[in-house]
Amino acid sequence: MSVTCIVLIKGLVLIGILFLSAAYMTLCERVLMARMQLRLGPNRVGPFGLLQPIADGLKLLTKERFQPDNIEIFTYWLAPAISLFIALAVFMLIPFGDPIEIFGQTITLWIANVNVGLVFLLALTSLAVYGVVLAGWSSNNRYSLLGGLRGTAQMISYEIPMGLSLLTVVLLAGTLNLSEIVAAQKDHWFIWTNPLSFIIYIITAFAETNRAPFDLPEAEQELTGGYHTEYGGMKFALFFLAEYVNILAVSALAVTLFLGGWYGPGNIPILWFFLKVACVVFFFMWVRATLPRFRYDQLMSFGWKVLIPLATVNLLLTSYLVLR
Amino acid sequence: MKKKFLQVLAMLRGLLIVLKYAFKKPITIQYPEQKRKLPVISRGRHILTKWKDGKERCVGCELCAIVCPAQAITVRAAENKPGEEHSHGERYAADFQINMARCIYCGLCEEACPTGAIILGNDYELSGYTRESLIFTKDQLTEKNPGDCGRDPNREI
Repeated sequence: MSVTCIVLIKGLVLIGILFLSAAYMTLCERVLMARMQLRLGPNRVGPFGLLQPIADGLKLLTKERFQPDNIEIFTYWLAPAISLFIALAVFMLIPFGDPIEIFGQTITLWIANVNVGLVFLLALTSLAVYGVVLAGWSSNNRYSLLGGLRGTAQMISYEIPMGLSLLTVVLLAGTLNLSEIVAAQKDHWFIWTNPLSFIIYIITAFAETNRAPFDLPEAEQELTGGYHTEYGGMKFALFFLAEYVNILAVSALAVTLFLGGWYGPGNIPILWFFLKVACVVFFFMWVRATLPRFRYDQLMSFGWKVLIPLATVNLLLTSYLVLR
Repeated sequence: MKKKFLQVLAMLRGLLIVLKYAFKKPITIQYPEQKRKLPVISRGRHILTKWKDGKERCVGCELCAIVCPAQAITVRAAENKPGEEHSHGERYAADFQINMARCIYCGLCEEACPTGAIILGNDYELSGYTRESLIFTKDQLTEKNPGDCGRDPNREI
């Protein structure tokens, strides 16, 4: 089998896993939120409501295809695709485990082993803002425009502390390659070496994925739907999938960079990876059920006046201690 | 600085409280399968009650129809003929209809009734496919046997 073929198969399997887990994350989130609010949550479709995501998907797929008047047609249709594409593209860099042997062939459990992986990853995630801003701008709606503007400001502002906190990991590991970063954490996870970086990263991850308490771009109560107000049916579903795949992406990245990747007791590397990702994802849902939304000025002043100085000082201290 | 620290601490405590609630029993119930036992004084579907001897309490005074703010009640009174009395008074309700689509379940009819004939029961599952099915007639409203509604059939009001 040629190398291209293997990579294609790996990509398809990964996309399948991602879509399925994103669909079931919606169910998981709804049930968790319900339990935290003393409700029961969806439990009617199938046993324990397990078929609920499929019912939702069918509903969204069979909805009428519409587009509002006076929109920028090309960008309007392009924006959800950009969102989902960027969210999925992040995953080609994430290593899931050590290379394994299948049918006498060595299969690496990552799609691309880029030697400047982290820089490439930051470049990809900063493209994600285009999905939001183009959707907000092209749909010719005030709510959408406001959501898009907020999203742009928020994602660009929080990119800086995220990058700064990731640089500390690069300093500690001495490499930009993600699988080598994981290998550097075999005995000692970077969350224990530098917990402040991890906290800053998690906070910015919330902002980058537009999740509560930083869900200003789609703030239901203020902006009806924010940047995806004018989107319905499968176009909306693409945004929705992109949001959940994004959560998976930032969780996988947190696991890769701070929580020791696939290392853990016992010989179950891939399972450890998924377990850790599931824990981080649970944290995302838990926070959503707890914290109220930030005000826009609070968000901005928190990002620029607290996180960026903190991340900078953290980076300087780490580099002093590492390079001393 | 100390204030900010306390605020962050409060956020973390909030997270723990929410996690604690995740392990409590949900207070919502599976409605169509599980039904809540309503308190006796809750106001639902009307019932026309009877005396202990099986005679209707309603004397056809139409006070309920007059007091009804939604004008949901229609009463057509008729004189009791000697030998076949329906009620203890001179008149009785020959026809008694309540439009459940109009009724607001305020309970004023129950308060206005001088004989305690009309009471509001606990049945709240009132829905139908047609408007006609929501107009309840006297047969549907009247209790079959004295005391079926749960009230003492010997009471004065």
